[in-house]
Amino acid sequence: MSDCQSCGGCSVAIPPSPVALADTHVIAIIGPPNSGKSTLFNRLTGLRQKVGNFPGVTVEQRVGRTRLSNNREITLVDLPGVYSLDARSEDERVTRDVLNGQMPGVPKPDAVLLILDCTNLGRHLLLAAPILSLQLPTLVILNMADDLQSRGGSVDTAALSCELGAPVALISAAKGDGVEKVIQFVEGTSEGSAKVAKPRIELPILQDIPKCRKWAQQVGQNGGYHAPAPPLWTRRLDSIFLHPVLGPLIFLAVVVGVFQTIFSGAKPIMDSLTMGIQSSGAWLGAMLPDSIFKSLLIEGVWSGVGSVIVFLPQILLLFLFIGILEDSGYLARAALIADRTMAKFGLQGKAFIPLLSAYACAVPAIMATRTIENKRDRMATIMIAPLMTCSARLPVYTLLIAAFIHERPLIGHFLGTQAAVLLGLYVLGFVAAIVTAWMLKSSVLKSGRTSFMLEMPPYRWPTVRSLGLRLFDRSKIFLRRAGTVILTVSVVLWILAHLPLHDGKPPQIADSFAGMIGHAVEPAIKPLGFNWKIGIGLLSSLAAREVIVGTLGTIYGMEGTAQSEGLQKALQSDLTPGGAVALLIFFAFAMQCMSTIAVVRRESGGWKWPAIQFAYMTLLAYLAAFVTNHLLQASTILATLTK
Amino acid sequence: MMEVLTCLKTAFHTEVRMQLSFNKVVGKRSRIASNLSELKAGEQGILDRLDLPEEVAKRLMELGFVPGHVIEPALSAPGGEPRVYRVDGSEIAIRRETARHLILRKRVPSQASDRS
Repeated sequence: MSDCQSCGGCSVAIPPSPVALADTHVIAIIGPPNSGKSTLFNRLTGLRQKVGNFPGVTVEQRVGRTRLSNNREITLVDLPGVYSLDARSEDERVTRDVLNGQMPGVPKPDAVLLILDCTNLGRHLLLAAPILSLQLPTLVILNMADDLQSRGGSVDTAALSCELGAPVALISAAKGDGVEKVIQFVEGTSEGSAKVAKPRIELPILQDIPKCRKWAQQVGQNGGYHAPAPPLWTRRLDSIFLHPVLGPLIFLAVVVGVFQTIFSGAKPIMDSLTMGIQSSGAWLGAMLPDSIFKSLLIEGVWSGVGSVIVFLPQILLLFLFIGILEDSGYLARAALIADRTMAKFGLQGKAFIPLLSAYACAVPAIMATRTIENKRDRMATIMIAPLMTCSARLPVYTLLIAAFIHERPLIGHFLGTQAAVLLGLYVLGFVAAIVTAWMLKSSVLKSGRTSFMLEMPPYRWPTVRSLGLRLFDRSKIFLRRAGTVILTVSVVLWILAHLPLHDGKPPQIADSFAGMIGHAVEPAIKPLGFNWKIGIGLLSSLAAREVIVGTLGTIYGMEGTAQSEGLQKALQSDLTPGGAVALLIFFAFAMQCMSTIAVVRRESGGWKWPAIQFAYMTLLAYLAAFVTNHLLQASTILATLTK
Repeated sequence: MMEVLTCLKTAFHTEVRMQLSFNKVVGKRSRIASNLSELKAGEQGILDRLDLPEEVAKRLMELGFVPGHVIEPALSAPGGEPRVYRVDGSEIAIRRETARHLILRKRVPSQASDRS
């Protein structure tokens, strides 16, 4: 249960449930957005963390463990990034409830780590007032000490500690400087030696922000705080990235570059993985005696699961790029550039961030829409998120493109036809998304223009550590799915393909139960250029998109063609180019993902929106594939584009 | 009790002052920016009040747009909107329609006598 990651892709598992907290010492980490909260959390817990959801709400709950030098285990809870505890957003309400011990299933924290960005202490100290008023043992952590120093700022931690009535630690979470002070504090609280914070200047009325800000100012002044000089490099970089002409050009170059690298960069690794899986399958086949078991293992498990695992490097590359864009601070600039365009379709720039993460997976994207305050704006963003090309589509696209699109250079080495088609599919999903948004926003989800406000964090080097953790998490999720959903579907499919027995022997696949099901749906999909084998794949991919690759791997594996020539070759001889491109288009639009449906139901509070979404996307996919197949059949484009 | 009175007094003053500055802008198309959207590059303004619903105003205040703070426009997205503003040590992007409702204090000292 707790293993179920919030960003669990299209796994069939129900969206994340709360992480069970053992009866240990619990410490909460809280801080405003961009304060480096997650960096510290990652540094303290390393690989020993789990992602779930706080009970009953959609706020992500990250829980990690760390063992102290006195051999005690403590639990760290990473709370969402908030500016206040005013409880106006769900994030703020959850944070307040956890800290007050009112969140069911989460014990009241024994201590709090309040992390603030010390390059902007005046404003970040605003959050100190409500936290200190909670009367919990608190360590005030001033992060980004290295930035403060290099930009000529300073702070007197002893004086500040005196002002706040709480211990203060100056650290750099990214570099690891001063983290030992945090560990010391945590060890102290676990031995019951920490005291409740008592600020010297009386806390202001928390609802009055100007008064709180004055209080923060006073505390900062008495604490010997000198604000650092403005971040020079951020301003220099912004004058390039937000340049009226260069800005959008760089934005485009980044997007194109990412796609080309995903396609060509991962190829050698993927090729060797394919080779490895094929040869190990062949080796196993030679080792084992002929039996039903061998057939299940080689044709079912090896072809099915193996054909999906091959795509791990590509998916990791995609997540690596998104991680770099996000951690470096470029993503906020991209949202700024996108705002005007998004506004034309009734959305706002903030929707750009969930939509970009929907390129990885729609489930975390839909959860990320919580930052959009307006309910109707948020609903529209949720409705279009599954149209963005998620990473589960990548295996399907890659397989079909590699098999049917002839590689030719378009712009030198920078862009080839295969990458261009892939990019085109991504653009297609995006266009479908914004047109859908526009339709929704000008009809059922109409609302006035809403406000847009976004903080531009300073540019920072992404740390290898946090990028590594992201990739590790992603690999875990991917491999777990390959080992559960895809394995199950492969085995069920193998069984369906081997029954009913004729004279104690399995039938030809066309005469098996799987074949019968495929033949039953064939009339409906024939106009799209699909045969009955694709029909079986489409049905099994209702669970998750990439399952179709495993399914086709199993089906063609049984025919023996995949073993000798690979799945690509088998498809080339079995599918018309029109049908192949139609299949690509079908996958661009169709909503084949159970966990997305589940998360939309939960976020929208009923079955209405997911039902509309499913019907709309399926219809769109069918019609678009139909048109594509017929157009391609009639045109001569085929001759130039395909082998 | 005294505090409440002072508070009311300031509020009243602000109100009157705002009306005055408003009239002035309308009257002779003053070059002095009366709201954030009118600030030009290199200019600075002091925020006087946020003429927005409480919900939005509070969000903006948490991001640094607190009355009394100095605000300076920075770069914008291509097309001039939304624009990034430097306030309270941060850079925050907002749209023009929001910036229009962030009313600036008339800050030229020599004109302070006008207010009384």
